[in-house]
Amino acid sequence: MSPQFVLTKLFRAILTLFLAVTFVFVVLRMSGDPVAQMLPDDVPAAVITQYREMWGLDRPLPEQYLRYVSGILSGNLGFSFRDDRPALDVVLERVPLTLELGLTALLLTLALGLGAGTLAALKRGSGTDHVTMAFTILGHSMPNFFLGILLILLFAMTWRVLPSSGTGSVKHLIMPAVTLGTSYAATVARFTRSSLLEVLHQPFMRTARAKGVPFRRRLMSHALPNAGIPIVTVIGLRIGALIGGAVVVESVFAWPGVGQLLVNAVAFRDLAVVQTVVLLIAFTMVAVNFLVDILYGWLDPRIGSARREVSA
Amino acid sequence: MMPSFVPTSGAGSAGASTVLPFGADRAADAMPPVLSLEGLTVGSDAVDLVIDASLTVAPGETLCLVGESGCGKSLTCLAAMGLLAEPVRRKAGRIRFLGRDLGELDERDLRQMRGRDMTMIFQDPVASLNPVQRVGWQVAEALVIHEGLSSKVAARRAVELVDKVGIADPEARAGAFPHQLSGGMCQRVMIAMALACRPRLIVSDEATTALDVTTQAQILTLMRRLQEETGTAMIFVTHDLSVVAEIADRVAVMYSGRIVETGSVDDIFDHPSHPYTQGLMDCRLHALSATDGRLAAIGGTVPRPSARPLGCAFRTRCPRASQRCAITPDLRPIGSSQRVACHFPGRAQ
Repeated sequence: MSPQFVLTKLFRAILTLFLAVTFVFVVLRMSGDPVAQMLPDDVPAAVITQYREMWGLDRPLPEQYLRYVSGILSGNLGFSFRDDRPALDVVLERVPLTLELGLTALLLTLALGLGAGTLAALKRGSGTDHVTMAFTILGHSMPNFFLGILLILLFAMTWRVLPSSGTGSVKHLIMPAVTLGTSYAATVARFTRSSLLEVLHQPFMRTARAKGVPFRRRLMSHALPNAGIPIVTVIGLRIGALIGGAVVVESVFAWPGVGQLLVNAVAFRDLAVVQTVVLLIAFTMVAVNFLVDILYGWLDPRIGSARREVSA
Repeated sequence: MMPSFVPTSGAGSAGASTVLPFGADRAADAMPPVLSLEGLTVGSDAVDLVIDASLTVAPGETLCLVGESGCGKSLTCLAAMGLLAEPVRRKAGRIRFLGRDLGELDERDLRQMRGRDMTMIFQDPVASLNPVQRVGWQVAEALVIHEGLSSKVAARRAVELVDKVGIADPEARAGAFPHQLSGGMCQRVMIAMALACRPRLIVSDEATTALDVTTQAQILTLMRRLQEETGTAMIFVTHDLSVVAEIADRVAVMYSGRIVETGSVDDIFDHPSHPYTQGLMDCRLHALSATDGRLAAIGGTVPRPSARPLGCAFRTRCPRASQRCAITPDLRPIGSSQRVACHFPGRAQ
């Protein structure tokens, strides 16, 4: 990977983060006064003014913005109005739980999506293929929260085998992770199937057969690495959907992660917390995209060298 | 096994074959063939694409399979390798390889023979190599699978093989990816891959067709040399008669799914007997003088397999066709090593 390539990527990443920060700042300021939201209705006007001064909300918007941006650059992301603590602390202590949920869902997605997609491609046109693809359409089109509620009704209310909310054990993790991973797995399965089907008919697969390579090895070391690019692309692109889904799923299952924090913070106009969460999400997206780009070059040597030639 | 370029005098009974060092009948008499097809018919449920094809290849011998595109040359080879893909399958006939009937082997046994005892080189070398694996590893893989070598030892052997097929700087080239090599180099890699386990039979399906003339000549010379070193039998599919003249010991001409004429390369070039073979010979550039400086062409087109005429498939284009041609002619011997499927063989003017 050339320095020019890395620099371009870095510049784009910073631009993305800057735009996300600015957008959220503007939208939040237009959506109502946090002081009025948090204090009871019968509080005297003097108290309101006092709070507005304390939080700096009485200053003109450009000044608030400048102060916020320079704060970010020096590592200060503002104070949570609600918790009276640095917003970053409030957010960071929720991160492990969301990571636990998100990574479990991601693993589930990969196992289910890659497995089902491969099976469907190998048994193309068979009953297995049709049933698998029907399920992917279902998984694709069912909204997260709806699936979550269905699962709660079935496993928590009717059969009483899984807890409907909260954290603490593997049992608590099952339903949220399944809910979050399902639509994602469906997308991965469809992409795996189509890109594998394309690869299976390539001449080099026939060469591998003529060379006497066993079936499993043909699949694992010849076909799948070649089918990898579109699959990695869709996994990277849909990370955003996974994060968005986490916000919904955490609310449905009362999972005290970053998503739930975001929903509450928006409701309370806890500006610094909302801004911090959005910054974190934007940062994650940028990092994942960067990772995907690196994976491309690793999966397909043609991509890496093409870039090298262009930049040379 | 003694390679067949070692003289085997006295083994054959056919006197005429003394002119031909690789004479068909003589080689076949001398030692059991590596591969023999007996009445092979290949096709889908709806249509037959190869009909009743019989041929043999002796150790050290090069058999060229000649014919127009779509006449069933490649399918014959794929069938011999056990590489037919649904819906096309072997419908009748036997394939014997090293004395074993391939029809009686399961996929596992077949797979172990492929890449070890019989290997195949394909037409488009660049597309036939895995784009995300280093070419050295692709050569080494067969050694790991069939000879149980460790990756390290196999990699070293792969570099030797890459060197042997005439690639300069083999160490570095073995570490390259296919897209970093030229088409000719990729084909050399394919040949190295085919040679890796010292197979008894190499099937080359239009291996030089995609290459420019100079590269083609180099590759042909290379294959000829390597064959003489190893005594491997070779089936060489091509539609290029200059390639045939260059490399063949024996020739089988196919037309619309059937073998219409076989013989030594001298038989076919000097005394083509089937009207289709004669047409092919007349199409060559150096046949110009015989046709008043105009390039000859065979009138009409090859019938689709689903719309073949009854009897001899060539009769709709044949200058000698008569009512008898509605009966399919058998492949009958004319001369010592030549066989032809025509009711009116010979050079009719």
